[in-house]
Amino acid sequence: MEIAVQAADFDVGAEISALTAADPEAGAVASFVGLVRGGKVRAMTLEHYTAMTEAALADIVTAAKKRWKLRAVRVIHRVGCLLPGERIVFVGVASAHRGDAFAACEFIMDYLKTQAPFWKKEETAEGARWVDARETDDLAARRWRDGEED
Amino acid sequence: MTLKILYFASISEAIGETAESFDMEPGMTTLGALRTALGELHPELLTAKNLRAAVNRKMCDWDAVIADGDEIAFFPPVTGG
Repeated sequence: MEIAVQAADFDVGAEISALTAADPEAGAVASFVGLVRGGKVRAMTLEHYTAMTEAALADIVTAAKKRWKLRAVRVIHRVGCLLPGERIVFVGVASAHRGDAFAACEFIMDYLKTQAPFWKKEETAEGARWVDARETDDLAARRWRDGEED
Repeated sequence: MTLKILYFASISEAIGETAESFDMEPGMTTLGALRTALGELHPELLTAKNLRAAVNRKMCDWDAVIADGDEIAFFPPVTGG
């Protein structure tokens, strides 16, 4: 199971180990973990488009596999109410050499940020507010397209 | 034709609905035309900044063609991760 959308937390070490279990050809694993930032935020609720979310994530993973030589991919995204410091997202990529793993991990996160139907609502002392999309996220995803030859 | 319409996040809150059924005149067959027609009921769809939409669970541009029975979702730019 490459993709999971779940309320429950995940075990980062176990996820990383599982990516290369019984695969002697894997020589590299890159991973990313996203957390709820604290500060003014007391809690965060993640809404998602249930019927579309897993398919959107699967499309992103498929695109990454076409672009780089990957041996295993795992994407976990949490939904529901999360507190500062809690993990939101995990992306893990295994490949033979580090270059493919590093690049694919960043590509998957950049596309997840702009293509996967999740929405964050923050609760602060002043009330609740939907998080605005950041233009820098669009630019981050676009740079992968700018570099494409085909 | 009859369409299943879904709203998410700030769009859903502004409109006060999460889902509805909408009958559209035949001949108006793009996502953009649907947005305009639905905008008469929910002006928020016309004023929302950077509104996004999906047809049958795929993000689409406003010139995408829609058909009877399609599931159409309207939402703000995504903010996951």
